[in-house]
Amino acid sequence: MPVTLFIPTALRGFTERNAELSLEAATVGELISALTQKYPDLRTHLLDEKGELRPFVNVFVGEINIQSRGGFAFPLKDGDVVTLIPAIAGGARG
Amino acid sequence: MIILPLRVESDIRGEARRAYPWECCGLIVGTSSAGVRRAARIVPLNNAREGEERRRRFAIDPLDFARAEREAAREGLEVWGIYHSHPDHPAAPSARDLERALPFYSYVIVAARDGEDRELNSFLLASDRSRMEPEEVWVGEK
Ligand SMILES: [Zn+2]
Repeated sequence: MPVTLFIPTALRGFTERNAELSLEAATVGELISALTQKYPDLRTHLLDEKGELRPFVNVFVGEINIQSRGGFAFPLKDGDVVTLIPAIAGGARG
Repeated sequence: MIILPLRVESDIRGEARRAYPWECCGLIVGTSSAGVRRAARIVPLNNAREGEERRRRFAIDPLDFARAEREAAREGLEVWGIYHSHPDHPAAPSARDLERALPFYSYVIVAARDGEDRELNSFLLASDRSRMEPEEVWVGEK
């Protein structure tokens, strides 16, 4: 099932400048794993040591932020549009 | 290297003073070529942290970010920088800044002590995520 994945500007240096990819995946987890197999250097920026999504990357399927909707288990269907949106954060202390 | 025209630099400093004792945050929009980033304007955004947390942390709502990026693209510009302030703290990245940093962006940090804006520095994430590296900031026209 091909889905369309939009890559944010910040990560296009790892996808040969591609802004839009078409990948086969039945869940968000499969999609991220297809992406990091295609572009291994992205892995360290998308996933932490435990293989979980880093907190600064939001995955939207259409208008839905999957973070509170099952995360990697979130199911995808043919033609879904998935967007990675940076969640910019930081601070002076702790 | 980043180029901040005087007006842009003063806008960032103004945001740091206005938000004090909280952290301000926003985006820097402009052009880039051959490793030189030139700012056209800033996009001040709401600090999405709550209450007193805003004294030492900031967060940008992903939908605010996506909207600003679309608007910049319509003008033929790109979002290449993120600015935030450090109230009563030096203008250097914290451990949390490093943990949450993305590649590519110039992270401009301005210190605000006792409500006055002080030093302003810019940093880029190293490719192995081990540290934030300082980059040159040119204030004025070039
Ligand atoms: Zn900070």
